[in-house]
Amino acid sequence: MDLHFGDSKPTDEERAAVDALLGPPESSWEGADRSDADLRWARGGRAARERRDLLLPGLHAVNDRIGWISEGALDYLCRRLTVPPAEAYGVATFYAMFSVKPRPATVLQVCTDLACAAAGASELCAGVEARLGLGSGVGVERSPCLGLCERAPAALAVKAGDPVRTAVSAPATVERAVLAASSPGSAPEEPSAALAVPQAGDPSLMLLGRVGVVDPASLDDYRAHGGYTALRQAFAIGPAGVIREVTDAGLVGRGGAAFPTGRKWQATASQPDHPHYLVCNADESEPGTFKDRVVMEGDPYSLVEAMTIAAYAVGAHKGYLYLRGEYPRALRRMEHAVGQARARGLLGDDVLGQGYAFDIEIRRGAGAYICGEETALFASIEGYRGEPRSKPPFPVEKGLFGKPTAENNVETLVNVLPILTGGASAYAAIGSGASTGPKLFCVSGSVDRPGIYELPFGATLGELLDLAGVRGGLRAVLLGGAAGGFVRPDELDIPLTFEGTRAAGTTLGSGVVLAFDDTVPLPRLLLRIAEFFRDESCGQCVPCRVGTMRQEEALHRIVERTGADAAADITLLREVGRAMKDASICGLGQTAWNAVESAIDRLGAYE
Amino acid sequence: MTVTTLGIPRRLLEFTLDGEPVRAPEGTTLLDACRSAGKDVPTLCQGDTLTPKNACRVCVVEVEGARTLVPACSRKAEAGMEVRTDTERTRHSRKVVLELLASSVDLSTTPEVAGWLKEYEAKPDRFGPDAARVDEEPRVDNDLYVRDYGKCILCYKCVDACGDQWQNSFAISVTGRGFDARIAVEHDGPLTESACVYCGNCIEVCPTGALSFKSEFDMRAAGTWDESAQTGTTTVCAYCGVGCNLTLHVQDNEIVKVTSPHDNPVTHGNLCIKGRFGYQHVQNRD
Ligand SMILES: Cc1cc2nc3c(=O)[nH]c(=O)nc-3n(C[C@H](O)[C@H](O)[C@H](O)COP(=O)(O)O)c2cc1C
Ligand code: SF4
Ligand code: SF4
Ligand code: SF4
Ligand code: FES
Ligand code: FES
Repeated sequence: MDLHFGDSKPTDEERAAVDALLGPPESSWEGADRSDADLRWARGGRAARERRDLLLPGLHAVNDRIGWISEGALDYLCRRLTVPPAEAYGVATFYAMFSVKPRPATVLQVCTDLACAAAGASELCAGVEARLGLGSGVGVERSPCLGLCERAPAALAVKAGDPVRTAVSAPATVERAVLAASSPGSAPEEPSAALAVPQAGDPSLMLLGRVGVVDPASLDDYRAHGGYTALRQAFAIGPAGVIREVTDAGLVGRGGAAFPTGRKWQATASQPDHPHYLVCNADESEPGTFKDRVVMEGDPYSLVEAMTIAAYAVGAHKGYLYLRGEYPRALRRMEHAVGQARARGLLGDDVLGQGYAFDIEIRRGAGAYICGEETALFASIEGYRGEPRSKPPFPVEKGLFGKPTAENNVETLVNVLPILTGGASAYAAIGSGASTGPKLFCVSGSVDRPGIYELPFGATLGELLDLAGVRGGLRAVLLGGAAGGFVRPDELDIPLTFEGTRAAGTTLGSGVVLAFDDTVPLPRLLLRIAEFFRDESCGQCVPCRVGTMRQEEALHRIVERTGADAAADITLLREVGRAMKDASICGLGQTAWNAVESAIDRLGAYE
Repeated sequence: MTVTTLGIPRRLLEFTLDGEPVRAPEGTTLLDACRSAGKDVPTLCQGDTLTPKNACRVCVVEVEGARTLVPACSRKAEAGMEVRTDTERTRHSRKVVLELLASSVDLSTTPEVAGWLKEYEAKPDRFGPDAARVDEEPRVDNDLYVRDYGKCILCYKCVDACGDQWQNSFAISVTGRGFDARIAVEHDGPLTESACVYCGNCIEVCPTGALSFKSEFDMRAAGTWDESAQTGTTTVCAYCGVGCNLTLHVQDNEIVKVTSPHDNPVTHGNLCIKGRFGYQHVQNRD
């Protein structure tokens, strides 16, 4: 590989941003001043290639400091990492949070997604744009779901600099959003994560029990509330014992695909190839989902402990926490927790003095829903475009860096704590049928008490909505987020289990429950869902890249039509939808038609 | 690849293809198996000298027990598999994929596609006159080759050929995402400011004519390009001692472009700038 760089040079500030991450350059070949030693300097082979995975952190470093990524900055980063500039450009342009064109140092992202749209996002946007017009120094961007749906409508301000400043405004008014954008450094602290948990303080909660009870910054407080007993138990029964408990408990993945966790761990643990990796998927970009954020903000050490146990079970010594880029507070809390755990010997070479080495590296996403797909997530960490690949091979065999990898969702992992402390059989006794244990539901939309609810599997949709205080005039409920499906108000006795929702011809997905009353115009909502998928498609495969576009176009045409006037386009939608479901590479394209299809079939959206 | 590598003997797998039992060596793709059995499966992103990206999805087949269809070009055969290549389901997906492609880019220079559109009864027009298209002006920024992304199906072949599969120049990659994804050089600039070394290996593998010789591009614009009047003569490159094979495409006694046989075990169809583009001296008769 003979890399070619243009003439653009980084500014001092851009160089400083990169050097702060990578250290000073070692040679003029990497961008330092020329010296005699450069004539005998070489970095090649593996040493050069092994730094590729720092590309995404490097892009963040520049984008955070400057607000956008110039040619000079990108080329300098490429020199430092031995990455071809064309590839790095392909990566930088993949993510929504990065810009390769100059833009204002402050960007205000205003969520226009489902819950926020129902809570008046378009008025908010219009108001904010009127106040922050040209010359205000703030760029206003419309954003997909920011994961703050319980406080919709939401906005996130990011002001580039050293350090970068962020401020969240939710529920946002024009006033508050403008204030957050103009001085993110002095914006008021967000409300406690516990406010997203209406049941907070209820002693029967197994997953959310500590949220609002412990100080999320204090490791001692975590330990005082039962922290690290599960890890001790794990060391007592050994890796095979942990896998046995998790299997016997019947734990299945909470990230949407509902795959049995014990089987995934067993398959990873038994791979002859090494090293093994553990990846925690905290990308959480499904519209309507915010549970992982609340867990990380309210009880961060529980995730550190759970990741340690999972890694121990699958034989991994390194874990990656891939955290969505739009979660500044969750990032701060997790960074602090990981740092504290490391300082106290709960991560590192000798965890708890048991001779087991494990550490966690946090990686920030940069605004791409598709990076939640497991193989896309690996590509993203490795410094490539977040494009999924066909399976097989499965991640347990060839995952991160081509090595056996167990990837789990945040909620899945924290379930391991009560399994180990309370025992598999007690855990398996909770819930119903094949769905065991407690489940988190993200309830938002037309309810009085939006937030995260923890219920044993098997509660009905109606019971959950009653808890959340559903408002009158319920028109539809979206289960499982944008990739899920709509159900009618007369279907509220659907049991919230994987098999129960399946039997009802719908899905539980990641646990989203979005309620819409009859003031919400359904065709507009469907259009927003279609727009989301068209925006978030990675663009790799034809059924999804073009199909999502054709789907949005057809929904545009029939937004004000019904019956015979819409029939031809609905036929078209069905045909395209079927091919997307059947022939797309990954779950994004395969599910992009589900919600619209269910709205047509179950709600009679265009009748 | 058309060359048969005689490695260590491989175990034979047995599985069924459209109800017929077949045997194939371990590691065979379903596409290889189909072709050996004389079955026709359309392909676009698969190339005989590259590992396919399996992004186009026209080669999808049905595998018993799989939730979705699978790409024949990439999926390895397994013992006991039940594969069906020509069902209503596979035909439907192929038809829609062809319609989606043909409605969004110009396939007029993609070989074989017209036949498939007919065979699968695809009607690309049915998405209406306002269906979004990749309508881009061809990029003519050097004298050797033209990039016309209005014809690009994003098969990734050029990226792989320029990158780690052959050339190792990494001059081009996919940028943006979704419908806005495009092939581009760094900073989306002109080719002349990029890492391109003009080996033309990307043109060699491009299945659609999105990448073409400037000579071909100009002749097409002038209406003088006539493939039926061309002859191909395979010879040895005269520039250096490697001995690459060149196929000279000649029309009206003029070389109009140079390709290279893919079954050459040394070059697999790849050349360097001299072999690919340095043919003017042959016809410089003054
Ligand atoms: C388009 C797409 C987006 C996804 N996003 C997420 C996500 O944000 N978080 C998550 O945990 N899983 C997500 N998943 C599911 C993951 O691919 C994977 O199944 C999951 O992380 C496995 O963990 P689990 O077994 O603990 O559920 C997504 C899947 C697809 C197809
Ligand atoms: S289905 Fe969509 S998101 Fe998934 S690989 Fe294909 S284009 Fe990318
Ligand atoms: S001509 Fe060669 S170097 Fe240039 S883009 Fe094509 S494959 Fe890459
Ligand atoms: S330019 Fe040609 S080879 Fe490259 S992706 Fe497009 S169609 Fe494929
Ligand atoms: S934060 Fe706006 S919809 Fe989720
Ligand atoms: S040829 Fe198989 S997916 Fe393109």
